[in-house]
Amino acid sequence: MNPSFGQRHQTALHACHECDLLQYAPHSDVQNVACCRCGGLLHRARGYQPQTSLALVVAGLFVFTLANVFPVVGLEAGGVRTATTLLGTASQLMRQDMLPVAMLVLFTGVLLPGIELLALLYLLLPLTLGRAPRGFPKVMRLIQMVHPWGMVEVFLLGVLVSLVKLAHLAQVHPGIGLWSFFALIILLATSASRFDAALLWERYQSCRATH
Amino acid sequence: MSRYPLSSAAARGWWHCGACGLLCRGVSEKRGAAAVCPRCGAEVRARKKRSVEYAWAFLLAAIICYLPANLLPIMETAMLSGTQNDTIMSGVVFLWQSGSWPLALVVFIASVLVPLLKILAMLLLLITVQCRSRWAPRQRTRLYRLLETIGPWSMLDIYVVALLVSLVQLQSLASIKAGPGAMAFGAVVVLTMLSAMCFDPRLIWDPIEENDDRQA
Ligand SMILES: [Zn+2]
Ligand SMILES: [Zn+2]
Ligand SMILES: [Zn+2]
Repeated sequence: MNPSFGQRHQTALHACHECDLLQYAPHSDVQNVACCRCGGLLHRARGYQPQTSLALVVAGLFVFTLANVFPVVGLEAGGVRTATTLLGTASQLMRQDMLPVAMLVLFTGVLLPGIELLALLYLLLPLTLGRAPRGFPKVMRLIQMVHPWGMVEVFLLGVLVSLVKLAHLAQVHPGIGLWSFFALIILLATSASRFDAALLWERYQSCRATH
Repeated sequence: MSRYPLSSAAARGWWHCGACGLLCRGVSEKRGAAAVCPRCGAEVRARKKRSVEYAWAFLLAAIICYLPANLLPIMETAMLSGTQNDTIMSGVVFLWQSGSWPLALVVFIASVLVPLLKILAMLLLLITVQCRSRWAPRQRTRLYRLLETIGPWSMLDIYVVALLVSLVQLQSLASIKAGPGAMAFGAVVVLTMLSAMCFDPRLIWDPIEENDDRQA
């Protein structure tokens, strides 16, 4: 947030990104600082170190794979069993000539969350090893653009609603994919809550300076 | 002459980089002027590019899609007893009647209330900004923040349809197809999100000078 690095306990000039009030605010490591006029977030407390974020991302990628490989819900009626994954729902919609809806499900449920995790891995792995990843600014921008469109938690609520809707029609079985989605949401929320973009920028700049 | 209030960063020539959060030196007082962020290389502006125009365009498109999204069936169920078309609202009614009213409430909020509130709130924000209104800037900023958080949740019904469609393919019992309403509904969700993303909340505060922001 501030051009002067390494002086994180001083007050520094901040511009609120929600009301543009120019103000001096403490550049604190331990607490979030809010704008004195609109209450917007001016300055974030120090978040996870890159290695902590990296661990969360690797775990996230693991459960992400599980969540998309194993069926989320299964249905049993009249001796016939059907089960589906998120990818399976998209391909079924595609078969019904609902390409836009299929794409929406595919992108918000699978592709964009996956891209975000991979992009984070690409940045965090070199940074923890003390190297500057190539194209760091562009990848940071990509993560920022992709983030609002990942809707894994909404999908999970959708699964719960469908389970209730189908319960009268047939026997429903929650699958491994469903539990993996639960784990994925917890991991994603944990990692996003204390994701420290400012710290990554500082690391990147110091890595570039020493190499 | 600066058109930004004196207390704002833009009036003092400081621009906030939307990409990396660095406070950059502005290059010009003119509206629409752009600089390059020295840290990340992104384009930096005092306010988001053509914020009001883009936000209006996406919002109007969303309003146009809103009617078919609610009137056309989002799901067509073929059963032995005949076919049944479900709109968003009839899905809520079905859940309510089958006794799962907490879930009916959740679906009602996510699929009916949230899209409507998003459209009305964006209308309010855009109109007050264009009138350079000084009314309740803090509350309007809070409303904008709320819009950003609730945005994705109206996607709920799209996922429900997608799941039902691929699960219920038991030819003997029933088969479910997605209806044209689902497409329109998905468009409403995406367009309202885009509209909110293009809107710049700093425009709410631009007509407000230091002296009158305390009583607002
Ligand atoms: Zn700061
Ligand atoms: Zn503020
Ligand atoms: Zn920047």
